[in-house]
Amino acid sequence: MDAVIDIQHLSKAFGSHQVLKDIDFSVKKGEVVCIIGSSGSGKSTLLRCINLLEKPTGGQIIYHNENILDKKHDITAYRTKLGMVFQQFNLFNNHNVLNNCVVGQIKVLKRSREDAEKVAMKYLKVVGMDKYINAKPKQLSGGQKQRVAIARALAMEPDVLLFDEPTSALDPEMVGEVLKVMKELAESGLTMLVVTHEMGFAKEVSDRVVFMDKGVIAEEGTPDQIFNHPKEERTKEFLQRTRNSI
Amino acid sequence: MTLDWLMIIIKENWPMFLRGAGMTLLISLIGTVIGSIIGMLIGVIRTIPVPEEGVKRGLLKLVNAILSIYIEFFRGTPMIVQAMVIYYGSALAFGFDMDRVVAAIFIVSINTGAYMSEIVRGGIVSIDKGQFEAAHAIGMNHFQTMINVVLPQAIRNILPATGNEFVINIKDTSVLNVISVSELFFQTKSIAGNNFRYFESFFVASVLYLIMTFTVTRILRYVERKLDGPDNYDMIMMGNQMQVETPVIKEKNR
Ligand SMILES: Nc1ncnc2c1ncn2[C@@H]1O[C@H](COP(=O)(O)OP(=O)(O)O)[C@@H](O)[C@H]1O
Ligand SMILES: [Mg+2]
Repeated sequence: MDAVIDIQHLSKAFGSHQVLKDIDFSVKKGEVVCIIGSSGSGKSTLLRCINLLEKPTGGQIIYHNENILDKKHDITAYRTKLGMVFQQFNLFNNHNVLNNCVVGQIKVLKRSREDAEKVAMKYLKVVGMDKYINAKPKQLSGGQKQRVAIARALAMEPDVLLFDEPTSALDPEMVGEVLKVMKELAESGLTMLVVTHEMGFAKEVSDRVVFMDKGVIAEEGTPDQIFNHPKEERTKEFLQRTRNSI
Repeated sequence: MTLDWLMIIIKENWPMFLRGAGMTLLISLIGTVIGSIIGMLIGVIRTIPVPEEGVKRGLLKLVNAILSIYIEFFRGTPMIVQAMVIYYGSALAFGFDMDRVVAAIFIVSINTGAYMSEIVRGGIVSIDKGQFEAAHAIGMNHFQTMINVVLPQAIRNILPATGNEFVINIKDTSVLNVISVSELFFQTKSIAGNNFRYFESFFVASVLYLIMTFTVTRILRYVERKLDGPDNYDMIMMGNQMQVETPVIKEKNR
């Protein structure tokens, strides 16, 4: 099939602490998958294993018919094909907005500065931050930072964009502007894997929802299946809890 | 009468004092610059994550062990002793006398390098983990991450400590008089040896040392402020809202 990333029997332990257990999971081209689940269930660790910020302790990650956990595989080349958007933005503090989106293209993709700036401007427009190219990260609000971070990831023109709770560190009034950008990206056909606590977003935008609990995928299905007709008891409990907390 | 002597000593010996001060400044400046470069390289090497297995792991561990010995040796022995060992040791080993100035710069450089590598390492590990992760996620390797993201931030943060090393070097080059480098202390000793006015001669030297360290400290402050400068430029482009934030940020950087 046209799975962009296919994960088989993935596991991850920190010392004796088994955080991910036998995860089977794939993302198809153009698909938007949301991962939900309570805090500590292993959602971030799963994303971080997928782009190898953490080294999985078992299983396979198949990308273009190759297991990228094979020793010979070029990790940096693989990573450029996955974009990552962090909860804490992690913009490069020493670069202005434009250079944040340019430096990776020049140093990693070896594009000329001219080309890189063109690409950067294109995606900064997409996220509505093209007027701020000279600003340093510390001069931006959280929502603006996160939109630049999304543009930075897009500028590498990745196959998949991974989001780890992109709105969780934002003040409530800034959540909307970031979700709006993400929604537009989803509609444009970008392949996205989103860890989120924004149930409204997951319901509305995703093609598939994955519910994680204690290091395993407890249930997955369409948004309608998961939110309206959950089969598993723990899915129901989790949804009940999130509803109550709002 | 002491004052008279001061005037006489200055009048008769000012070229010698100035040449001594110039030599002191030259040795400590070049030594600090080369030492900082050494420190930067070692700091980067010592922060390479050690691979879990393979030849590279063994190699990296060996390199790290050698660097640790270097750092321990130069931080754990007085520079005055290092100067004697290196200067006379090289004469023994290679059978010729090193140029004294070259030897002096060499000694100050590797001594500073040992201190700076720890300062740089501290500067690197104090940078937020998220900066490394974002760079790695984009596909940068360790050296690309260092050069493009981490070091520029670390250098800004360790600039005060680097300036401090420079000031220390201005003072500590005085110990190099043991290998007869014509720096300020050595020159003053010659002057005092001729006129037997030790107090007055060294009083002049102390004022010259103070002028040098004070000036260098001021210049470095200015450079630091200059480096933080471009903020304001951005804010003009961005409207008023941002101006409020600057003082807070400046405070934090101190
Ligand atoms: N670097 C680490 N070292 C040890 N334990 C970790 C580390 N990162 C995460 N964990 C543990 O793994 C579990 C899952 O964490 P995480 O993936 O961050 O969960 P989530 O993102 O779903 O909140 C938690 O129990 C956490 O304490
Ligand atoms: Mg998390």
